[in-house]
Amino acid sequence: MQLFRSSAPCARINLVSGLIRAQGVLLSVLLATFLVFAGVAHAQAIEPMPFANHAQELRFQHLTQQLRCPMCQNETLADSNAPIARDLRNQIFQMMQQGKNDDEIKQYLVARYSDFVLYDPPLTTGTWLLWFGPLLILLGGAGAVLVAIRKRSRSGTVTTEASTDNAPTDNGDDW
Amino acid sequence: MNRLLPFFGFMLLVVLFGFGIWWNTQHDQNAIPSPLLDKPAPAFSLPKLYEPTQTVSKADLLGKPYLLNVFASWCVECGVEHPVLEAEGPSLGVQLVGYNYKDAPADAKRWLAEHGNPYNLLIADEPGHTAIDFGVYGAPESFLIDAKGVIRYKHIGPLTPDVMVKELKPAIAALQKDAP
Amino acid sequence: MTPELGQLALILALLLALAQSILPLLGAWRGNRALMAVARPAAAGQAVFVAFAFGILAWAFLRFDFSVQYVADNSNLALPWYYRIAAVWGAHEGSLLLWILILNVWTVALAAFSQKLPEVFASRVIAVMGLIAVGFLAFIIFTSDPFGRLLPMPGDGADLNPVLQDPGMTFHPPMLYMGYVGFSVAFAFSIAALLGGELEQAWVRWARPWTNIAWAFLTCGIVAGSWWAYAELGWGGWWFWDPVENASFMPWLVGLALIHAQAVTEKRGSLRAWTILLSIFAFSLSLLGTFLVRSGVLTSVHAFASDPRRGIFILAFLTIVVGGSLLLYALRAPKVAGGKSFKVVSRETVLLIGNMMFAVAAAMVLLGTLFPLIGDALKLGRVSVGPPYFGFLFPLLMLPVVLLLPFGPFLRWGKGDTPALKQVLLRAGIAAMACAIVATFFVDGQLKAIAGVASLVWLTVGVLLYAVKRWREMPRGRRYPAEMAGMLLAHLGVGVFVAGVLLSESLSVTSDVRMAPGQTQHIGGYDFRFDGAHRATGPNWRADQGVVTVTRDSKAIAVMHPQKRTYLRGQVQTESAVNAGIFRDLYVALGEPMDANNIEGAWSLRLYYKPFIRWIWGGGLLMMLGGFVCAGDRRFRIKRAAESEEAIAGLQVQETHA
Repeated sequence: MQLFRSSAPCARINLVSGLIRAQGVLLSVLLATFLVFAGVAHAQAIEPMPFANHAQELRFQHLTQQLRCPMCQNETLADSNAPIARDLRNQIFQMMQQGKNDDEIKQYLVARYSDFVLYDPPLTTGTWLLWFGPLLILLGGAGAVLVAIRKRSRSGTVTTEASTDNAPTDNGDDW
Repeated sequence: MNRLLPFFGFMLLVVLFGFGIWWNTQHDQNAIPSPLLDKPAPAFSLPKLYEPTQTVSKADLLGKPYLLNVFASWCVECGVEHPVLEAEGPSLGVQLVGYNYKDAPADAKRWLAEHGNPYNLLIADEPGHTAIDFGVYGAPESFLIDAKGVIRYKHIGPLTPDVMVKELKPAIAALQKDAP
Repeated sequence: MTPELGQLALILALLLALAQSILPLLGAWRGNRALMAVARPAAAGQAVFVAFAFGILAWAFLRFDFSVQYVADNSNLALPWYYRIAAVWGAHEGSLLLWILILNVWTVALAAFSQKLPEVFASRVIAVMGLIAVGFLAFIIFTSDPFGRLLPMPGDGADLNPVLQDPGMTFHPPMLYMGYVGFSVAFAFSIAALLGGELEQAWVRWARPWTNIAWAFLTCGIVAGSWWAYAELGWGGWWFWDPVENASFMPWLVGLALIHAQAVTEKRGSLRAWTILLSIFAFSLSLLGTFLVRSGVLTSVHAFASDPRRGIFILAFLTIVVGGSLLLYALRAPKVAGGKSFKVVSRETVLLIGNMMFAVAAAMVLLGTLFPLIGDALKLGRVSVGPPYFGFLFPLLMLPVVLLLPFGPFLRWGKGDTPALKQVLLRAGIAAMACAIVATFFVDGQLKAIAGVASLVWLTVGVLLYAVKRWREMPRGRRYPAEMAGMLLAHLGVGVFVAGVLLSESLSVTSDVRMAPGQTQHIGGYDFRFDGAHRATGPNWRADQGVVTVTRDSKAIAVMHPQKRTYLRGQVQTESAVNAGIFRDLYVALGEPMDANNIEGAWSLRLYYKPFIRWIWGGGLLMMLGGFVCAGDRRFRIKRAAESEEAIAGLQVQETHA
């Protein structure tokens, strides 16, 4: 049975209180974890930073919203309360002050935390299916639709509502 | 024939889900694979926990393999892992380096006094910046670093006896095969 | 009342469900009327026992019966009674009980309102519903029993997760399940049609109102979930493309395609096989949602306690139900392309294109949601797929739909006439462009916002043009049949929704600020003055409550009270303050006190100005309303004796040949 690391700061984890049971270690351990965190200064995602201007603030928000928190994995770096998220946000801020651009910042994080940390999957041979799959499906669907329309428009005379039809679908529909 | 397409497509999905369930029993789903495996550990320079005026750097530790164990007094699972480290640590054949992560030194020392100290060396990273270079995102985490300073194995979560037997000891054995 | 009675009731319900499913199917196959007649009474009996079991669980919560493990895990002595009832479906076991209860609600409704359907067909439909019930009841009884005991009984329970202690959250699962489960009706109709070898399309007309209602409920559930996430999760977001959200969105998209396809099949007889396939997909995706959330296969917000045993059970169930129905489809689906033909420019074509876009969108969401799992399976490394992926591809796929939407009603079945279309294009197009140009001055040239205005005008004018046309052409009383009124409402809802999304996303302003009591921040044209914080208490929580006064041009707008609550068991929860408005929301979240020991000093706060965000849910609710109104059309009621006799005769002829 796996023991999971304390996930107390992750607001959006275990929304349904089906807590994970670990052979007896249980509720008491997890509750103790919660209490420990209640006592510790609860790292918050709300963190005013000394941005030079509004554009910088927007850039920071935009960037951190595209990155995934390694600890609270259902939250963006912008929203997560985890200590690591706070550290990473500070790190990103520092790097912005040092003049690094978005790509360099992302590269920095990927080098340490892998592609996992990007919510925007990079286009590689591995993610080819992900990025081009929908296009292929669309082309396939479009092909099927074209074939269907061709078949239909060729088959016989088209009847409009004005024609006399007593099939069960004749239902007095006037539109 | 193309009427069977949805059926086969769905069966493919079933296989995928079956795999997913199986994979889940084998792996910790929340563990992020480290991009630093088989790459040199980041250069670092951190103070010792008990002698903060002295620093330990990566260069100091070259020449012998070591297990870098990230722990903290606020980390509950570290308490679960600790007895395992105490029991099996000495017999591993590598140095045990304790990496105190984002912890007040006083709290860490108290915790070690309570739980015991199996480490050969203790370094402290209270701000947590160096940990980012290691790709650490919580505690406990353990890195096996070889004599040349390359990270050969990483475990996220507590080291259980099971992990020791199935993963860590084989990894150490592989090390010793390469560089006796 | 002993909880064990609940267990007993579930077992009896399972037995009845077995009777409800096996016997009528046998009867329909053999033409045995006695066996077919078992369907309705068995369904009624099952419903009684399931309702009884549900009642027992609710009673246990209301009476603080902590000897029941599930009650002890999800409530405590301080939990208000209304959240204790909501706690019944607050975790895995109870939510399944809700699922089966709602399945019974639909089955009973179906049994009651299907009296005029041909017996063979109706008994098959009810039997299929029974099969689904068997699966769920077995799952509950063997792996997820909510009535298990906890002995010795603790003095107090744990708590319902504070995030769930909110009206939106109590409302969201029942609505969502009404939708998910409701698609089982369309599914059952399709299976019954496949089994019976239908060649007549009358059954689609009977299926339509049920499908529309199910889809409307699902819309409501999704809207409730989105609104709740916005209000409760603290960061002003309304959609995260999280796996469980996607799990509800996929059946919604397929259901949307389905209700349109059913319209085509019902009126023109074409696309029959596609309609059947869609109803199988819609319900399959509902079941898939259940699987994804409970098997732990994906990291998600809603991760119920993941247990491989449960995962395997549901997977097996999924395989039998979906695999079986797809196999049945492959064997029995109508092979002959029936129904009336249509030209390239026709209503059928645009509906077909729309269907294709919805289906591709659903496939895209499925691909993105499952890709991390595919990545693990094919050793492609750990990849994350999130809003940058979904939020890019989805609008792209919906663009053709938005562009074609106004033309739909103007196109005729079979063959549309182009002059009418040209008029619509000109009028709606010019209106949209004019408004877009005007909007440019108000929104600092933000492209998204301009697109939002243009879409709103394009879609709304399209709807209005058609409404006006009907008004002029038709006599009073025949202008807006319910089906059409529903369509117009829903399409209007699309316009409102798209505007809400694009405008709020592009024009929102967010800021993290440090404020001492008395300081003011200017955000989005409003002045937020922080008036300090103090302690407050609630039934099961203690909070630090801030006071923020909002003014605009010195006119008082609101006083807001954001809180940081600490619940009895120590969980900390941010309760943001929201000042709602038709054209904008103001949103304040409390962060940390600058000095942890002095809560009356300065605090960090997050302030938001969110214009038009209510339009997102408003649009959704309009769509929901459209679905309900459409279902109420008189045409769908099997009243006209002549027509139903014809249809029944037709079906019976098929069934004796089958």
